[in-house]
Amino acid sequence: MSWNTSDPMVSLKDVHKSFGDLKVLNGVSLDVMKGDVICIIGPSGSGKSTLIRCINALNDIQQGSILVEGQEVNDPKLNKLELRKKVGMVFQQYNLFPHKTALQNVMMAPVRVLKQDKDAAEKSARALIKKVRLEGKEDAYPGELSGGQQQRVAIARSLAMQPDVILFDEVTAALDPETVGEVLQTIKDLAEDGMTCILVTHEMAFAREVADHIYFTDRGVIVEHGPPDTFFKNAQDPRTKEFLSQIL
Amino acid sequence: MDVIYEWFRLLYQETGINLPFLYDEYDRNRMVDGFLTTVWLSLVCLFFSVIIGVIGAWLQGSSFKWTRRFVNGYIQLFRNTPPLVQLYFFYFAIGTLLPRVENDWGGQSPILGSFAWAAISLSFFAGAFNVEIFRSGIEAVPKSTVEAAEALGFSKLQIYRDITLPLAFRVVLPALNNNLVNLVKTTTLAYAIAVPEMLYEANQIWSDNVNVTEMMIFLLLAYFVLVGVLVGAMNRWERAMKIPGYG
Ligand SMILES: Nc1ncnc2c1ncn2[C@@H]1O[C@H](COP(=O)(O)OP(=O)(O)OP(=O)(O)O)[C@@H](O)[C@H]1O
Ligand SMILES: [Mg+2]
Repeated sequence: MSWNTSDPMVSLKDVHKSFGDLKVLNGVSLDVMKGDVICIIGPSGSGKSTLIRCINALNDIQQGSILVEGQEVNDPKLNKLELRKKVGMVFQQYNLFPHKTALQNVMMAPVRVLKQDKDAAEKSARALIKKVRLEGKEDAYPGELSGGQQQRVAIARSLAMQPDVILFDEVTAALDPETVGEVLQTIKDLAEDGMTCILVTHEMAFAREVADHIYFTDRGVIVEHGPPDTFFKNAQDPRTKEFLSQIL
Repeated sequence: MDVIYEWFRLLYQETGINLPFLYDEYDRNRMVDGFLTTVWLSLVCLFFSVIIGVIGAWLQGSSFKWTRRFVNGYIQLFRNTPPLVQLYFFYFAIGTLLPRVENDWGGQSPILGSFAWAAISLSFFAGAFNVEIFRSGIEAVPKSTVEAAEALGFSKLQIYRDITLPLAFRVVLPALNNNLVNLVKTTTLAYAIAVPEMLYEANQIWSDNVNVTEMMIFLLLAYFVLVGVLVGAMNRWERAMKIPGYG
């Protein structure tokens, strides 16, 4: 199936997902255009992580359709490798490889998965580490870096695969307040460069500033969505209003 | 060297303390051969038992029920029987079932000699423990780290080789080293099927010279030094493998 840039890059239609008897997603639909930055917010346990993990097939779904650049993810014959070349992911707990230096963390997947030439991969890895402002930390192990620095290595590691879209799952939630800013700045830089980003976040000010569109989820459905200005000023649904009143 | 050899000959003549493998060339060669055989048997078994451990732990994670059962059956069988009985089983039961081949003198000899059977038997014995050791290490690798590799497009085999094993390895090194030290000590069982290792050669010497006490003291010290060297090397290796800021 051919996909062109005027179609949504990521398109979810009526996605249902349960873990055993527990229904976590109850018919979620959303579209993300190329270059869009969308933020998903909502109470704990509402299925935000599950939702974005379905997009790169870390979770499978029971019903519905997820298209990434026209490729169906909900397909038993899915080529996961092809999907994961297009979709990057950054996790709340960084999940760096502890036995590899920052540089090795960044260049490992391009060398192993994309079969890039080692020298070329190292060169781009160094450039990416510079881009996330970690020059001089190339040879440090994750255990020797602060949380914020580790998270920026994780972002560089994801970028090294040259994905078309990156999923961010509460990537600042485990950080000290002082280091949250540096990671948000890195994501902001990416967004300005035109990277398509899907973020789950509790940072409302940040969401308001960078997002093109905000989705509010509760109990596995999207309750309300809209551009940040409308969303934050004129929320309609009582659940959204209550959530916003607690968090703002 | 000759001075030293002569000194031990004098020692024997003056005091009766008989260490023929130091002054007598024939006995000396026997002892050196025995020592080298022990070292070689240990190295071969170390290598194959670790390979068995790595492959077994990988198979235990298989999605086929029968593969997992087979590996578990193997572990139970080799953990719950004495290694000497295993050795006899391989050498006398399986060894005699295999076809024989013509040897250089026109006679018939078994395909595998006693050294090969000892290596096979002891590798499987220590391998059974190594599978369990590696398994516990693999379980200690956080699922989230593996997931990060999946999200980057690593294949199952790449994840096992590049992420899971290296991390599991560091967790289990103390337990692994312990098992490998035991393995080296267990190579003395090969004596029972006449592998010419250190204990066997020492036995030959004390039979010829009737110096059991001296040989026993020597053997104890020789193994003490041999295993001591191994433990030292392992400890250095453990330190070298340590990741800064981890564990
Ligand atoms: N692997 C799993 N097995 C079983 N239940 C799960 C699994 N993963 C998530 N759940 C359940 O699914 C529900 C949604 O979880 P999810 O992690 O998607 O929520 P979330 O919106 O990301 O919450 P938070 O803001 O706390 O991260 C929760 O009730 C959770 O317990
Ligand atoms: Mg979550």
